[in-house]
Amino acid sequence: MTTAIAQPATPPSGRRPWSLSRAAVNGALVLATAYTLLPLGWLLAAAAKNTGDLLGGRTLTPSTWHLGANLHALATTGDGIYFRWYLNSLLYAGIGALLCALVCVCAGYAFHVYSFPGKEQLFGLVLLGVLVPTTALALPMYLLASKVGVVNTFWAVFVPSLVNPFGVYLARVFCAGYVPGEALEAARVDGAGELRTFWSVGLPMVMPGLVTVFLFQFTAIWNNFFLPLVMLSDDRLFPVSLGLYSWNTQTHAFPEYYPLVVTGSLLGIVPLVIAFVALQRHWKAGLTAGSVK
Amino acid sequence: MSPTVPTTAPRATRAVSAAPSARAAAGRRRYGAPMVLLAPFFVLFTAATLVPIGYAVYLSLFAEHRSGLGFGGGETVFTGLGNYTRALGDAAFRGGFLNLAQYCLLYIPLMMCLALGLALLLDSALVRARRFFQLALFLPHAVPGTIAALVWVYLYTPGISPVIGALNSVGTRADLLGHPLPAVVNMAVWEWTGYNLVIFFAALQAIPREVLEAARVDGAGPLRTALSIKVPLIRSSLAVVGLFTVIGSLQLFTEPMILHGTTPSVVSTWSPNMYAYTAAFERHDYGLAAASSVLLALAAAALSFVVTRATRTRSGRTRPHTETGAAV
Repeated sequence: MTTAIAQPATPPSGRRPWSLSRAAVNGALVLATAYTLLPLGWLLAAAAKNTGDLLGGRTLTPSTWHLGANLHALATTGDGIYFRWYLNSLLYAGIGALLCALVCVCAGYAFHVYSFPGKEQLFGLVLLGVLVPTTALALPMYLLASKVGVVNTFWAVFVPSLVNPFGVYLARVFCAGYVPGEALEAARVDGAGELRTFWSVGLPMVMPGLVTVFLFQFTAIWNNFFLPLVMLSDDRLFPVSLGLYSWNTQTHAFPEYYPLVVTGSLLGIVPLVIAFVALQRHWKAGLTAGSVK
Repeated sequence: MSPTVPTTAPRATRAVSAAPSARAAAGRRRYGAPMVLLAPFFVLFTAATLVPIGYAVYLSLFAEHRSGLGFGGGETVFTGLGNYTRALGDAAFRGGFLNLAQYCLLYIPLMMCLALGLALLLDSALVRARRFFQLALFLPHAVPGTIAALVWVYLYTPGISPVIGALNSVGTRADLLGHPLPAVVNMAVWEWTGYNLVIFFAALQAIPREVLEAARVDGAGPLRTALSIKVPLIRSSLAVVGLFTVIGSLQLFTEPMILHGTTPSVVSTWSPNMYAYTAAFERHDYGLAAASSVLLALAAAALSFVVTRATRTRSGRTRPHTETGAAV
């Protein structure tokens, strides 16, 4: 930097090539955006093609628009099994993420507000839990579930998805940011019990944190593939991800499954895209809190 | 971790000498609420994380006696580390680890550099429409891994893919399915770059503007500022992202599994996780599957340790422990 000071002439006149670098910077970002969006654009177009046009790679024209037919096929194949998968995914992810977020916020709040012996050791255990590769747990969980007799049931996929140690970490960070000690003290002075204070004072204050944990867990459960693959054999219990996978394995023998997989994939993305566009503030807050760890 | 204990202890002894019974009652009341609030998480955590880990280790030490000799019946015998030596002695398992190592060496630096580079560009004051770029680049993360892998497999498939069509019309014959490693790396880069970019961008935005102003006054250009000021200041974000990326990368399963269904160049034991899955559900060799899962988890633990160690210097005071202890 000392060498830079020696040339004081550069800053004012150095502005000249900025328009060039502005174009370069924006150009690079446009390229990156094209890379992220074009596969989704392809999916959007491909969902409106019939089997022949899809496999022939023909471009989409209004006369070859088959989105309606594809949706109809999606709704009727296997007695509408796709929408059963969709409902399953909504149940696994919706209820699972809601309960998980509540459980995480309870624990995060307790870690933030109270002090008790062994607290930081316990929190250290939670942080270690973040590092455990979840796929390494799926197989022993399958064997345990088959001992308990819940393999191939709703619960086998639902219960493990309620656990998210990182959610506890996030909830603690959010509580530290949103729940001031004075507010809790005021509630206690008013005679509220500890749990009552949590429910009517702490929880409403940390609601943005709850929404953030919910959003991330909803995505994680909706995207989960390994656990349902291991646990479920009854296709009426499948989530969308596993159902599409099972259809895709049949495309070699039955090419008419191609448009079903493509259209089904498009519909499978919709809830998450809506959630992420609508809740931008929350996932950005969550990623920020996660990064300052 | 320790500050709460030494500071409260002397006060506690004084309080006890003043009013022992009242103090004990207060303690009970104090610990009741946190126990109720922590119980749901720790019950689930025990059932879905701690017990399976213990069970995996236990299983990995036993073998069904029928394997090898081929007669039926389920006699379970203790084999010590037998399953581990069997897994490590299997060329397919080592091949899976080799694929995984190549994947990590290619994917992690590529994705981290792309995410960091794009975040720096986005932060560079030259860009309009930051919100749009951020959302557009993040969007692949909203696509489930299975669906992302399916879409890319179709984009690799001759006939279906417009990419291959375009390459063919230029005269290049591209065999995208024949090269599993770049095919899988590309899927992972597509899924994760935007997600980590948002983390880096948030950290960059949190850098105090005075610091950057000072650098500018000192005559540092935008590139110099980015590399010598901004990147060192977001080291803790880089460390966290690096850690999670390593753990995530080792679990590689969905993408090669879906490629496996489409192309013979991805075998059923292509990654260690696929090896464990095949061992469990095709060979019904649970001991071997558990041993390979445990080996993978150990590799993850060792690598996490290395990553945290290598990035320790600045991340020591980053956990919000001290202020949370003071809030009570």
